[in-house]
Amino acid sequence: MGNKTIKSWFRGFKSDSNDSKTRNLQENSEKSKSKLKKLVLVGNPNVGKSLLFNKLTGSYVTVSNYPGTTVSIDSGKCNISGENYEIIDSPGMYSLSSITEEERISKLILLEDEPDILLHVVDAKNMERMLPLTLQLIEAKLPVVLVLNMMDEAENAGIKIDTSQLEKKLNIPVVSTAATTGQGIAQLNQKIAEYQIKDGLNVKYDEKIESAVQKISDLLQGEYPVSPRSLSLLLLQEDSDVQKLIKEKEGSNYSFIDNLLNETLSQFKQPLNYLIKMKLQKEATRLVSEVSEDIGEIKIGFREKLSRAMINPLTGIPILLAVLYFGLYRFVGGFAAGDMVDFIETEIFGEWALPLVEGFVTSSIPYEALQSLIIGDYGIFTLGITYAIAIILPIVGAFFLVFSILEDSGYLPRLALLLDRLFKKIGLSGRAIIPMVLGVGCGSMATMTTRTLETKRERNIATLLLALAIPCSAQLGVIFAVLATSSSALWLWVIVILFNYIIIGFAASKILPGSNPTFYMELPPLRVPKLSNVLRKTYTRLIWYFKELFPLFIAISVLIWGLELTGILDFIIGALNPVLSAIGLPVETAQTFILGFFRRDYGAAGLFEIQDALTGVQLLVAAVVLTLFVPCVAQFVVMIKERGKKVALAMGAFVLVYAFLVGFLLNLILSTLGVVL
Amino acid sequence: MKMISELAEEALEKIWVFQEDHPEDPLSPEIESFDPEVIKELDDLKFIQKEEGGFKLTSEGLEEAKNVIRRHRLAEKLLHDILGLSGEDMETAACNFEHIMEGGVEESICNLLSHPDKCPHGKPIPPCDCRTHGGHGHGHGRRQCDCTAGVKTIIDKTVLPLNKMAKGQTGEIVYIKSSKRDNLQKILAMGVLPGRKIEIIQTYPSHVFQMEHTQMAVDSDIAGSIYVGSTN
Ligand SMILES: Nc1nc2c(ncn2[C@@H]2O[C@H](COP(=O)(O)OP(=O)(O)OP(=O)(O)O)[C@@H](O)[C@H]2O)c(=O)[nH]1
Ligand SMILES: [Mg+2]
Ligand SMILES: [Zn+2]
Ligand SMILES: [Zn+2]
Repeated sequence: MGNKTIKSWFRGFKSDSNDSKTRNLQENSEKSKSKLKKLVLVGNPNVGKSLLFNKLTGSYVTVSNYPGTTVSIDSGKCNISGENYEIIDSPGMYSLSSITEEERISKLILLEDEPDILLHVVDAKNMERMLPLTLQLIEAKLPVVLVLNMMDEAENAGIKIDTSQLEKKLNIPVVSTAATTGQGIAQLNQKIAEYQIKDGLNVKYDEKIESAVQKISDLLQGEYPVSPRSLSLLLLQEDSDVQKLIKEKEGSNYSFIDNLLNETLSQFKQPLNYLIKMKLQKEATRLVSEVSEDIGEIKIGFREKLSRAMINPLTGIPILLAVLYFGLYRFVGGFAAGDMVDFIETEIFGEWALPLVEGFVTSSIPYEALQSLIIGDYGIFTLGITYAIAIILPIVGAFFLVFSILEDSGYLPRLALLLDRLFKKIGLSGRAIIPMVLGVGCGSMATMTTRTLETKRERNIATLLLALAIPCSAQLGVIFAVLATSSSALWLWVIVILFNYIIIGFAASKILPGSNPTFYMELPPLRVPKLSNVLRKTYTRLIWYFKELFPLFIAISVLIWGLELTGILDFIIGALNPVLSAIGLPVETAQTFILGFFRRDYGAAGLFEIQDALTGVQLLVAAVVLTLFVPCVAQFVVMIKERGKKVALAMGAFVLVYAFLVGFLLNLILSTLGVVL
Repeated sequence: MKMISELAEEALEKIWVFQEDHPEDPLSPEIESFDPEVIKELDDLKFIQKEEGGFKLTSEGLEEAKNVIRRHRLAEKLLHDILGLSGEDMETAACNFEHIMEGGVEESICNLLSHPDKCPHGKPIPPCDCRTHGGHGHGHGRRQCDCTAGVKTIIDKTVLPLNKMAKGQTGEIVYIKSSKRDNLQKILAMGVLPGRKIEIIQTYPSHVFQMEHTQMAVDSDIAGSIYVGSTN
């Protein structure tokens, strides 16, 4: 990262940016003067920040039941008592000392952006664990409003909280809400409208720490959006982002601070983050005992039993297989890719739409070349619209539906812990299961979610595996449908892909320097998915997916049409032919691979169209190569943004060569053995 | 028990350490540099034997050195893990501490620390006698450890790392200790702190525990840094 400014980090981009810090600062202060009041939502992961954001703005950002759903900043507008606000949803963070990248994004909002009101959202039933962050935010002199969300669950658990009492003790506004039901949102709006900055409760640390804080604060000369006291405390905890920020702002003055810091640190036997956290926790515990009552007992009801069955390997693995079989194979593969696609393709498009369009085009457009732009082999309608609506939409829609239900139930974190040991073998932690599963839905979304992984090494391995061996749902659906007639072909496909996934993961974990990641994850309670959220999420994702897909695919249709018209396409197909025949595929598959080069789902749809022309072995080889084949353009763009150009290009090139190599070997083995599928 | 001076004990320690580092070298040149008085004492106790080219530890000497080292490293471990000392402070304190650890105390400390096998510097701690008679060593649960009656009472107040706890066991977190700064940071961030009561829900494939109204899953590496005083 070298000399990147903090600002560029916060924007979430890793490349470009040599823009000077001063300009950013100016921009910043101008913005805060001229623009709307800014409301920022922060807090631990999975406490309901995004759901609150949705309730406040009326728009939709993803809400799911696992920590790490939001990985970048979302902003929206809302109107509260006649005043307009800009409102920002941030990724969850456990403390001001960030560990993962998405946590750091949130911290940098606090260090850089000057919110007018900061809503610290906590899970009411776990208030005691989350209040230390509130105290830290108050310490930073940020304009905090404390939101005790999930009050419904807290009440069910037998927890009573005296909000007004807590408000008095902390000396900041406190509201309790249940974002799911909308309870308390009105009061929250009121607190926002009436907000006035106050000095909240100050925590006193032991004398040694206090005097160090005093000395460091006295040395700080720059202007900061957070209090010198808080910066000094973060410096004492050896927070590297704060260190960098202060180094930048203090210039030559920094060496004094650094000396003082080192001198102070050497006086302490225990790490200061430990001592400070302990003190904050003590305060929080005291507050909680004064304002709340916990009379409930932790009961082991049906939910808890189910949860325990999910995480116990003896029952958890059968549950996982059942989810894969019914959710993926039967519903996405059988129902969506089979029945639905059949119906839409033959009944709607074949019987009705295509003849209609053909009739219209041939009668109204006189030029044959233009006709073929729309209804030719690679025409916008024949290829683009048919593929997108008849094949991709039902499959991807079905997958997103299943995935949303899984996300909202809280199954994924449980799966993560179940698979952690296996993932460690390929250099990943169980956490990586979330980007992996998300990758089946959309590779670019998933690549961005690798931010929740801790180390660069882990993010690189996950990005590579996402690019190589995670099929997208359209591919998966088509492959299930195409290989459905031969279960041995399907099994071979599964085995080959899994094998490559493991081999490459294992090799990458051996080659890349660094140590294996550790695994820690909070398990949210299992929740019954809310139909409205599931549908909204599926819908939003589909819209998002098609927004990305449609323009690209029209462009592809036009491009290919142009290439065909000029004869370049034949040339490309001719050039591809030797490669294809080396892996035992007929020339008809060239089109599939050309399409697949732009989009995985397109390649899959192309395969679906030509399946009858291929033998079983050819289908298997084509399916394998297409699965491993290059990530789609959108995913590639995200790869560049997240991992940098060099890494992304290297990965892309590797994947391309590797896919054909595997195809070649697979074909060689199958044909030598004389296998017929 | 033979009486042995502190200086002689320290000399034995040095020889042990030298041998640890130079296993191929049976003679310890170290010995030459000792105070003649100490050499005499060790010789009288039949802990060392003069050989061609230098001195060598006798089997008794080896046994005694092993015990001294064990006490020294246990002391280091205790001071480091429980009192949070490190560096010079830990060393000086350990050097004083090791000489006053009588047999019983030593066993209790070993139990309290749940039979550590490495000192804070990562050097091996010679195993306790009880560890050699079966059911011991790596990962043994405290329940199997009923080596001596005197120790047994202490066992029930044992502090165990979370990854050694069994399903259903409950306890209170006593301290967090990790050689990796990162791990400490993560544990603190999640709010897993001394004073918190926990119950173990599952131990394989990951360690899952209930802490108040939260459930957490951690791998063995992190679990091994969370020390719990168990109550049942
Ligand atoms: N029962 C109940 N559930 C809630 C409430 N608020 C949010 N949830 C659920 O909690 C889960 C997490 O909500 P999100 O809004 O995604 O949480 P977040 O804080 O944005 O999470 P990250 O983006 O991961 O940091 C979802 O399953 C929500 O439906 C609430 O007040 N009551
Ligand atoms: Mg969110
Ligand atoms: Zn040592
Ligand atoms: Zn023992």
